[in-house]
Amino acid sequence: MDPILLARIQFAANVSFHILFPAITIALGWVLLFFKLRFHATGDQRWMEAYFFWVKVFALSFALGVVSGITMSFQFGTNWPGFMEKVGNIAGPLLAYEVLTAFFLEATFLAIMLFGFRRVPGWLHTGATFLVAFGTTMSAFWIIVLNSWMHTPAGFELREGVAHATDWLAIVFNPSMPYRLAHMLIASALTVAFLMAGISAWRLLRGDDAPGVRTALRTGIIMAAVLAPAQLVVGDLHGLNTLAHQPAKIAAIEGHWQTGGRVPLLLFAIPDEAARSNRLEVGIPGLASLILTHEWDGVLRGLDDFRGEHPPVAPVFFAFRVMVGTGLLMIAMGLACAFLLWRRGALPRPLLRGLSLMTFSGWVATLAGWYVTEIGRQPWLVQGVLTTAEAAGPVAGGAIASTLAMYLLLYALLLAAYVAAIYRLAGKAAAPRPAPAALPAE
Amino acid sequence: MTPFLPPDWLPVIFAALMAAAVLAYVVLDGFDLGVGILLPAAADEGERDRMIASIGPFWDANETWLVLGVGLLLVAFPTAHGIVLTQLYLAVAVMLAGLILRGVAFEFRGKAADRRDRRRWEAAFFAGSLLAAASQGWMLGRYILGFDGHWQAYAFALMAAIGLPIAYVFIAAAWLIWRTEGALQTRAIRWCRLSLGPVAFGILLVSVVTPLVSDRIFDRWFSLPYVVLLAPLPAATLALILGLNAVLRHMPYPGDALRHLPFWGAVGLFVLSFTGLAWSFFPYVVPERLTLWQAAAAPESLSLILAGAILVLPVILAYTVLAWRIFGGKVRELRYD
Ligand code: HDD
Ligand code: HEM
Ligand code: HEM
Repeated sequence: MDPILLARIQFAANVSFHILFPAITIALGWVLLFFKLRFHATGDQRWMEAYFFWVKVFALSFALGVVSGITMSFQFGTNWPGFMEKVGNIAGPLLAYEVLTAFFLEATFLAIMLFGFRRVPGWLHTGATFLVAFGTTMSAFWIIVLNSWMHTPAGFELREGVAHATDWLAIVFNPSMPYRLAHMLIASALTVAFLMAGISAWRLLRGDDAPGVRTALRTGIIMAAVLAPAQLVVGDLHGLNTLAHQPAKIAAIEGHWQTGGRVPLLLFAIPDEAARSNRLEVGIPGLASLILTHEWDGVLRGLDDFRGEHPPVAPVFFAFRVMVGTGLLMIAMGLACAFLLWRRGALPRPLLRGLSLMTFSGWVATLAGWYVTEIGRQPWLVQGVLTTAEAAGPVAGGAIASTLAMYLLLYALLLAAYVAAIYRLAGKAAAPRPAPAALPAE
Repeated sequence: MTPFLPPDWLPVIFAALMAAAVLAYVVLDGFDLGVGILLPAAADEGERDRMIASIGPFWDANETWLVLGVGLLLVAFPTAHGIVLTQLYLAVAVMLAGLILRGVAFEFRGKAADRRDRRRWEAAFFAGSLLAAASQGWMLGRYILGFDGHWQAYAFALMAAIGLPIAYVFIAAAWLIWRTEGALQTRAIRWCRLSLGPVAFGILLVSVVTPLVSDRIFDRWFSLPYVVLLAPLPAATLALILGLNAVLRHMPYPGDALRHLPFWGAVGLFVLSFTGLAWSFFPYVVPERLTLWQAAAAPESLSLILAGAILVLPVILAYTVLAWRIFGGKVRELRYD
């Protein structure tokens, strides 16, 4: 197979595996801090029970996030040497600041947060919990800055074909950064909301009503009810921003071939790149125009305007529908559960079962979202500056294929072990156990 | 942004920072990986628990020095980064697989379903540590000889792939002498003594081979005034090895005196050997191919990173010291609650 294609698949496989765990740790850190602060405010043991259960999930997710992240930091050099040669002057400082301001912070205070509960004063433990949450968010900030810059580059000039920074503020606050950062942070919160609600619902369904289970369920549902609708709004703004900067990506998202007005919002279609049109279209007339231009007959540029330099249409088109479909389901589920919880104080079994089925829905939407974003940028690696093919290295296809096979095997095993471990933790927590030791006073 | 230093200096400072990060990594994750390699030598599950607990609070932060080292290579010397990592493509992949196994085995072992599952993750812990250490040795060997294609160069890399894990075992045993007590400590003293000989031999071998294969390195070592200036380096190394051997022979001492000594002695050995190597390469980032100045990124970007590093590194050091104090002393059980 073509080494460039293999290198792309390998990079995509690695980063897809990696993002699963940040998607959990970024928001779960803050939730743990919340549990702890609530415990100190109310003295209610249930918050601490919830904390001790979810901190185990956090530790596991963090370990997987770290090891897969280390792989990522080598991937730039092994797979995309051209990337650093051309835009290293910009990517370099951003990555360096991530290591300096985030990674050491997380890694060091994680130990105090995990193992320090009985060794350090309460305030220091709470402080460590805060710093870990802060660190994961900082690292999300820096890497999203870099990623957004690759989509909407700003604040630089090309000298002898190499990018040089001219304005760091413009680089950091590049046009798509605020939208992408907000969308990603909420994505993480939603992933955690449904993970917590899903696992807690599973435990309730099995008759495990240990202290802390309902606390986590309620926290997850409230997060979902508030944040899922917010995500819709942020996603919409994000799309408008993309229309301004990457119109070809939006055309692919909409499956919109010929420039024109009154563009329908396609609910389903099969984009056919050979025929340059869709098959089996089902759509709502004019709605895409309305959403993107705020007029029913607003004109949108079609893919034919970008012939030869637009992304592959079908993956972007379908991934977008998977993400938004999951998002709509999250909104419906979040609101329904919150309403019933408020009115009746408990959830009926079918809803618990629904939540349990949606335990990992955040992963689905997050991955789909990243596929929209990243595949939608092709053939560019840095929009308008560097193509993916230019960045590829001289490594032979065989070496890439064999390491790819190794990574895939390892990741499949680890993913299975991870999910099994979470359910095992949840199952074990259900087993009767001695009363928890008294907690040290603050 | 204007560079606040003469541009010629920046690459040198970054090379020094990078070397410091790699050295910190080799020492710190060195003892973690060594503990992993020693795991099968433990007497029972209780000892394995304590060995693993001794590195539990540290391994993640220790590993971050690798990210910093590679990160600095990436950001300060992008061209060299591309060359080095594509040359070492397979070894890097093997090392990453090793680090992945080691890192997750930690967590999965603690949450294992039953004894069999636990044993399986212990095996993964061992295998991951060994793979990572051996591939790092291989990379070091390939790098020292500038990715030379002759079979002798590969044989040298193979020796390094065997030698580095032994060095890691040595520092790990010294670490365990400090952090454990009783039968496990006695065993650690034996491991430490057994590995000291091969470590000394390895240092000797590298010192003899590198000047022989490279005229440039030969000149660096044996021309005036360097030969005089550098003489303390091998002398100190020899003294340290003999001293360590003497101290280890009579361990443990009453009242557990000198328990730290082997570890800091091992750190000293690592630092001396590393300094020798670094001196041989300067000013190359890719031996015989690319110097610091040829490979460096633009000065504006480097100044910005340097400013951040100067501000942040002391803070990192401060909280690292804090964590070492909190988790100091003899190993205790690690609990979340
Ligand atoms: C939006 C979030 C996000 C994204 C898109 C990425 N990461 Fe990440 N990364 C994190 C969020 C994160 C995190 C939340 O900070 C992690 C996950 C768990 C953890 O331990 O930290 C992390 C860990 C992590 C680590 C280990 C840090 C340590 O030792 O503590 C490295 C080296 C990287 N990442 C590198 C990368 C690279 C090179 C990426 C780009 C391709 C990348 N990450 C994408
Ligand atoms: C974490 C979530 C992310 C996911 C799931 C993701 C996914 C992907 C996918 C699927 C591709 C392949 C696109 C294609 O080839 O058609 C890709 C490409 C790429 N992305 Fe991302 N990405 C993520 C984040 C990032 C970040 C944060 C960066 C950089 C800072 C980045 C840099 C790249 C690069 C360098 C490529 C290589 C070009 C290529 O493979 O086509 N990605 N990513
Ligand atoms: C509900 C309606 C949603 C809308 C309208 C929406 C909109 C968008 C758009 C337009 C993009 C592409 C941005 C670009 O690259 O130009 C995107 C990306 C993304 N979406 Fe969504 N989204 C929604 C829901 C969700 C949900 C529920 C999640 C996850 C829980 C999610 C996670 C992501 C992620 C991780 C990305 C990639 C990062 C980024 O570019 O922001 N989205 N979304």
